[in-house]
Amino acid sequence: MLAWTVYLSFLGVLALMFVPGANVRGVRTIALLTALAGLVCAVAAAFGYDTKAGIQTVAKQPWIPALGISYFLAADGISLTLVLLTGIAAVVGILFSWNIEHRAKEFFAFYLALIGGVYGVFISFDLFLLFVFYELAIIPKYFLIAIWGSTNREYGAMKLVLYSFVGSALVLIGLIAAYVIAGLQTGTYTFDLLALAKVQFPEQFQYWAFPLVFVGFAVLAGLWPFHTWAPTGHVAAPTAASMLLAGVVMKLGAYGALRVAMTLFPLGLAAWRGEIAVLAVIGIVYGALVALVQRDFKFVIGYSSVSHMGFVLLGLMTLTTIGLSGAVLQMFSHGIIAGLLFAVVGRMVYDRTHTRELADLEPMGLNRAIPFAAVTFVIAGLASMGMPGFSGFIAELQVLIGAWQAFPTLAVLCGLGIIIGVAYTLRAIQKSFFSGNILEASIQRFNDSTIQRFSESASRPSNPTSTLETISIPERIGAAILIASTVIIGLYPTVLLNLIRSGFDSALMAPLVKGGPL
Amino acid sequence: MSYLDVLILACPETIVALAALVVLALDLAVFRRRPWATRMRFGALAVTIGCLAALSWLWGTIPVRPLLHSDDVLVLNSLTHLIKIVVLLLTILTAWISIESQFTDHVGEYFALLLFGTLGMMFLVSTENLLMIFVALELLSLCLYTMTAFNKQNVRSAEAALKYFLFGGMSAAFLLFGFSLVYGLTGEITLGRIGRALNPSTLQPFNPSTLPDPLLIVALIMVMAGFGFKVAAVPFHLWAPDAYQGAPTPTAAFIASGSKVASFFILAKLLVAGFAGAGGAAAWRGFTQGWMPLVAILAALSIAVGNVAAIAQSSVRRLLAYSAIAHAGYALVGVLAFGSPTPSASTLQPFNPSTHHGFTALIYYVVTYACTALGAFGVVAIVEGSGSTVQRFNDSTVGPPDDLRAFAGLGKRAPLLSFCMLIFILSLAGIPPLAGFFGKFYLFAAALSSGKDLALLWLVVFAIAMTAVSLYYYLQVLKQIYVAPPPRLDDSTTQRFNDSTTQQPFNPSTLQPITPSWPAQASVVILAAAVVILGLAPNLLVGRVLGMVDASRLFLR
Repeated sequence: MLAWTVYLSFLGVLALMFVPGANVRGVRTIALLTALAGLVCAVAAAFGYDTKAGIQTVAKQPWIPALGISYFLAADGISLTLVLLTGIAAVVGILFSWNIEHRAKEFFAFYLALIGGVYGVFISFDLFLLFVFYELAIIPKYFLIAIWGSTNREYGAMKLVLYSFVGSALVLIGLIAAYVIAGLQTGTYTFDLLALAKVQFPEQFQYWAFPLVFVGFAVLAGLWPFHTWAPTGHVAAPTAASMLLAGVVMKLGAYGALRVAMTLFPLGLAAWRGEIAVLAVIGIVYGALVALVQRDFKFVIGYSSVSHMGFVLLGLMTLTTIGLSGAVLQMFSHGIIAGLLFAVVGRMVYDRTHTRELADLEPMGLNRAIPFAAVTFVIAGLASMGMPGFSGFIAELQVLIGAWQAFPTLAVLCGLGIIIGVAYTLRAIQKSFFSGNILEASIQRFNDSTIQRFSESASRPSNPTSTLETISIPERIGAAILIASTVIIGLYPTVLLNLIRSGFDSALMAPLVKGGPL
Repeated sequence: MSYLDVLILACPETIVALAALVVLALDLAVFRRRPWATRMRFGALAVTIGCLAALSWLWGTIPVRPLLHSDDVLVLNSLTHLIKIVVLLLTILTAWISIESQFTDHVGEYFALLLFGTLGMMFLVSTENLLMIFVALELLSLCLYTMTAFNKQNVRSAEAALKYFLFGGMSAAFLLFGFSLVYGLTGEITLGRIGRALNPSTLQPFNPSTLPDPLLIVALIMVMAGFGFKVAAVPFHLWAPDAYQGAPTPTAAFIASGSKVASFFILAKLLVAGFAGAGGAAAWRGFTQGWMPLVAILAALSIAVGNVAAIAQSSVRRLLAYSAIAHAGYALVGVLAFGSPTPSASTLQPFNPSTHHGFTALIYYVVTYACTALGAFGVVAIVEGSGSTVQRFNDSTVGPPDDLRAFAGLGKRAPLLSFCMLIFILSLAGIPPLAGFFGKFYLFAAALSSGKDLALLWLVVFAIAMTAVSLYYYLQVLKQIYVAPPPRLDDSTTQRFNDSTTQQPFNPSTLQPITPSWPAQASVVILAAAVVILGLAPNLLVGRVLGMVDASRLFLR
């Protein structure tokens, strides 16, 4: 069942190839149906999962026997949580790109290819296979951003892809070295994660291999100081791609760091744990501070992602049950919330006003023009700043408790980051939606300031003197799905927490929780 | 051994030689007056038939055990058969691609040279005799020089050929000198016996404290200079960008594909079997004299120069040339993996795993690279052929016809072709699940597992890091194809065209959808499919080659 999330996505790509490009409606429908089918598979697998089962094998076939590489798909609670997130994000992303007409077929083909790669990473337990899916997800991102993006898109796309690729190159070095050393030690060459995790790698090797693999993955999770691709990439990307980037692609990095780097190299983890926790906290505070002074609405959200992903990395470094489960829950929660924020900024606001400058948005009084967007953004903002009742609160609280046990000083600094988070979120809400007083005056000023600047996009059907286009049905459905997810997890977190906690019971992950090998 | 036996052993080669003569004669006698396109198609058909005949003979007579001719002039085993089959297939596809580009009136001669070049490769693959290696290499090289110069209307073609020829002649001299030194040292001309003569104590590991004969070092450097030229490794690479750019596209494709496969195959065999005892070591801060440090330096330089210089290229062919240089560097890493002494733990295995894996990885890598490069050049040929208007103003305003801008908007003009190019370029960049990724991965894994204590780690780390650099320029090509808008009639390019050439206004037909001839299109699609299939199921090739390497008993003779 779970394996079909991957197959369906690629079948969707294949199906799209045979649809005429002019038939945009058909293209969209196929994409949506594919994503929905994937989500159904994910949900069914999550509900059908027995939390006592540990790591459940989905498929295991020899692939390249000469090298000990197998086609090994499996899942545990952590994988399922993230697969579920991917399913939700995929469906919602398509709903929010319902208005794409320009080369729609290619857009959705790349989109589904990216989704397929992401699903694959989350359920691969053979490291070679995992790496294949991991890199498979890189190239679609380039095209999604470079073709359908906005500000500075080619630069943003190239930067993102090169960062991802450099990160994966680091990972590849570490993986090949681990494979060879394990092979020399045990006599059997294999990429099976479960088998490799049992190998005691030499301490000297772990000492350099751990940071290599961890950082290689964490580049994609926005680890400071390797985070700079994230804001530019998010800003340049079209709405659906931003949602996916922040929503699931950044989680690929965090997941890889947890699943591969931390399980394979426990001694390296123990040695570098403090340093990485410090980097994570710098990311939290720095991201929040930078978000506080951004002029571009989307950059605020972009930097907030860096800040929130810092919580994930910090949670991973606590090595306590509560911290680790908080980190995984934060991955889920941030995926949902960031998706919602980008949807409001990119689709609801930018596609209608064609500006993201907070200074330009201020006089427009968007709370009256598009009240639905305003309400959605307020909810998303509250969830993002960690208001109780939303998923963000549960996740960040757990990370903080874990951090308090492991690194008290850093926990305090991290609390500072939360406060700044409140500040930049409120600032963004206020400037974007609740500044303008009178609708007419705002329209007048909008005429003066914006039309000339964006006259090059005259082909778009925007007539600034009329009221903004109302929020469409797909957008409403998408927003509702995301809000519902964050509220449900916020009010009843046990649903996911049971799943996540069970993930840390398996023989592979359990050594982490006991505070590592020490 | 009677001549008849030799003829039977060399039957596929004989078939190819006969096919070359037939093509020449028929084109002269029958097709001289026919239209150009007919002659091209006939030539390609004849090449196909000839190669298929040789191929089916090879297929039917795969030897179970190695067949030897006296003095190892011909050494046939399943591995050499496989490489020959690959070379023949590549030749057929090259011939199909040739149909697309109109560069010569001497159709028969061109295809005859193509076949003679293939003949050179086939002999090169199946010999272990120094003299025969040299003769086969020269046969191949002379054909390639001539084929490079074939476009008589283009100055670049002549320039490229002259450069290629001068460099090539020089390096052939170096190679021959190196061979003569080896002969002087050992008194032998077959690889196996040279290997034994150079390393009398075969049972003991090579002892680095006893320095090898300085004469041997000179010989090694000479040989490496000669082969470095052949595979375009830095610093012997200078001919490559010019030759790739100036040569007619099918010739460039041939240089990049079949010739690379044969050269790397024989280079690996020569070094590992012939200089078995003179390997030395290429560990970080642990260089000891022998051919391994030489190869390691050539590899590192090629990877660095190829990848960095490619970034600055605006011509797709030069870009592919530098990428070929970088790939030659990666393949040299495979040669190192092949030749490194193996770690102790391998005693667990019935055979020497890293050596077998090293050679297998090298073969997989060069074969898949050849498919990819040939395909990429096929696409270039089709695009250039379609943009004939641009081509005519070659040297004046817009630069060469293979300028990156000529690919702008190709995704719209030729969706299938663009998709194939996407596959080739991503495979060159090493993106899974394409063959290029598995090739690199396998190569690096084999290199790392060879030698003591991860001896080649430095080289592998460096190579992987440079792979990350390479993605940048590969994406530049894809950016033109998919992201950049197709050139419009009203933009500045048109203006420049019309300014520079008043008598011939810009022809909008260059922007029409591209309709390549079906053989060219088919060969590109076949190659793309091969790259995908070999990437998804590497075991198709790897499993077989591993067995063949084992069966070839390269080290036991």
